[in-house]
Amino acid sequence: MDLKDLYREVILDHNKSPRLYGKLEPADSSADGHNPLCGDRLHISVRLDGDRVSDLRFEGKGCAISVASASMMCEAVKGKRRDDIAHLFHEIHTVLTQHDAPVPEDLGKLAALSGVREFPVRVKCASLCWHTLNAALERSAATVKTE
Amino acid sequence: MSAHPKTHGLYDAQKVWRDFPILAREVHGRPLVFLDSAASSQRPRSVIEAVDAYERQHHANVHRGVYQLSQEATAMFEHARERVRGFVNAASTREVIFTRGTTEAINLVAQSWGRNQLKRGDEILLTALEHHANIVPWQLVAEQTGAVVKVVPMDRRGVVSIDDVAASLTDRTRIVACAHVSNALGTVLPVREITRLAHARGALVLLDGAQAVPHQAVDLAELGCDFYAFSAHKMYGPTGIGVLVGREALLEAMPPWQGGGDMILTVSFEKTTYNELPFKFEAGTPHISGAVGLAAAIDYIESLGLDNIHAHEQRLLADATRALLRVPGLEIIGTAPDKAAVISFTLEGIHPHDLGTILDAEGVAVRTGHHCAMPVMEFFNVPATARASFACYSRDSDIDALTGALARAREVFF
Repeated sequence: MDLKDLYREVILDHNKSPRLYGKLEPADSSADGHNPLCGDRLHISVRLDGDRVSDLRFEGKGCAISVASASMMCEAVKGKRRDDIAHLFHEIHTVLTQHDAPVPEDLGKLAALSGVREFPVRVKCASLCWHTLNAALERSAATVKTE
Repeated sequence: MSAHPKTHGLYDAQKVWRDFPILAREVHGRPLVFLDSAASSQRPRSVIEAVDAYERQHHANVHRGVYQLSQEATAMFEHARERVRGFVNAASTREVIFTRGTTEAINLVAQSWGRNQLKRGDEILLTALEHHANIVPWQLVAEQTGAVVKVVPMDRRGVVSIDDVAASLTDRTRIVACAHVSNALGTVLPVREITRLAHARGALVLLDGAQAVPHQAVDLAELGCDFYAFSAHKMYGPTGIGVLVGREALLEAMPPWQGGGDMILTVSFEKTTYNELPFKFEAGTPHISGAVGLAAAIDYIESLGLDNIHAHEQRLLADATRALLRVPGLEIIGTAPDKAAVISFTLEGIHPHDLGTILDAEGVAVRTGHHCAMPVMEFFNVPATARASFACYSRDSDIDALTGALARAREVFF
C-alpha cells in the first residue's frame, strides 16, 4: 500500500488549488451530491449549449480525493458533448472499481485517480462528483447519493 | 484528576497490552496501533477463551431444557446477569435486562415506557452532544405520541452546564436522556446533579453509559438514575450484547416491547401472560455466549481495577493532549475540563478522511467521520473529525506512533 499512489502530485495540486470552483449563476442545470458516510457535499452547476457542456463549476467541502476528482472532472468535461462525457464516466468508473482494468490513454490527467482503487473505502470520494454531474445533466434536482 | 496519579508505577500497560492477542498483529507491514476503542474495544485472551469454552463445552438453549447442558448454559447466563448487577451496583438482577446493545436498550425504554406514557406536548430533554442512538429513538416516539424533543445546549468546550439543564427543565419534562460520557468529545457529564435536578421536577432520567463503563467505576445506587444503558463491546466484551438497567417499579409497570419465547408464562390464542422481570423484556433466545463473554470482560476489568484503568487513561489523555497540541495546525474539538480519554481533532489543510487513510498506512487506527453525532459536528462547524481514543491497553508509545503518523500526513500534503 503506497500512499504516493493515492496522493499523486496532480491530486494534491488540484486539492490545494481547485479549478473551476464556484457556482454558475444563472445555470441551465445543477445538482447536489452528498456522501452521508463522510459528510462530503458537492454542488455542480452547468451551462449547456445544445448537447455540449459549455461551462461548469463545482463547490463544496470534502477530502483531497473528492475535491481533486471534482476539479479534474470539471476541467476534463468542459466543452465536451454529453456522449463523450458518458464515455469518460464509464472509463473512470471502470478504472476506479476494477482492480486490473488497464488505464485508457485518453483519460489524460484523470488517470491519476487510478491509485484510488487500491483504497476501496475511498472510491466513493472520487466518484461522487461524476454521479452529481450525471444528475445535473439529467436535469434532476434531487440530491444524489453514492450508495 | 491529577495528571500523574500514584498508580502509574503499579500499572503495567505493557503487560495489559500482551493480554490482547490482536494488538500484536501488523497492518500494512506496520505494528498495529489501535486508537479506536471508543468505537469498539478489543478483547483480552480471557474473554476469547471464556466464549470459546462456552461454545465447546456448555452450549444449549437457556431457561428451557431439563438436561445437563441447558442447566449449565442457564447457570452461566444468569451468573453473567449477577456479574453485571454487581459491576454497576444495581439493586437486583430483576433490574438487569440483556439487550443487543446500548441502542436497543434506549429503543426499549423509548417504546415500552415512552410510547405508553408520553402525551402530546410532553417534553423529552436531550443534550447537544448526544450520539444518534440517544436522539433518533426519542424522535420516533415523539412522532408517535406528539411529545416534543428539547435540547440542552453546550458551550464551545463541549460542556453541558447544570444551569442550562435546570433552565431547560419544565413541568412538562417527562424524561431526561443524556450521555454519561460523550463519544465524540469525551466530555463527562455531571449526571448525578442532572439526575437530582430532573427528579426534583418529576422527570425520569436515562443515561447512555456506553462510553462511561469501560473507563470509570459506575455506581447506580449512588447515581440514582432510572435507566442506564451500555454495550459489552466497548468494555472488552463481545459485540451484539448490551444491558439496560432499570428501576424495578418502572420496569414492572412497563408493557413488554417485543413478543416471543422466554418472555411469556402461558400462551393461548386468546391470552398470554407475561413472564416476570427481567425475562419479560427478553423475547427469544438471547445472546448466551455474549453474556458469558461480558461476564469475563467484567472479571478482566475488575482484575485490573477500574480506578487503575481510569488513572492510566487520564495520564495518557494529558500526555496525548500535550503532544497533539504541538502538531502545527492541529485543533482539539472538545476541551471540557472533565474528559474521558477521547481526543477529537482536526488538522488544518488535511481533511479527516485523508488523515484516516494516511494514519492507516502507518498502522495507526483512528476513527474519522461524524462519530454518529452529526449535531455535534454541525455545532463545531466541521464536516468530520479524526478521533483517537484510549483504553486500558494503550501505551505511551501509541502516542508517539500517532504524532509520528501525523507528521507523515503533513509530509504527504505540504
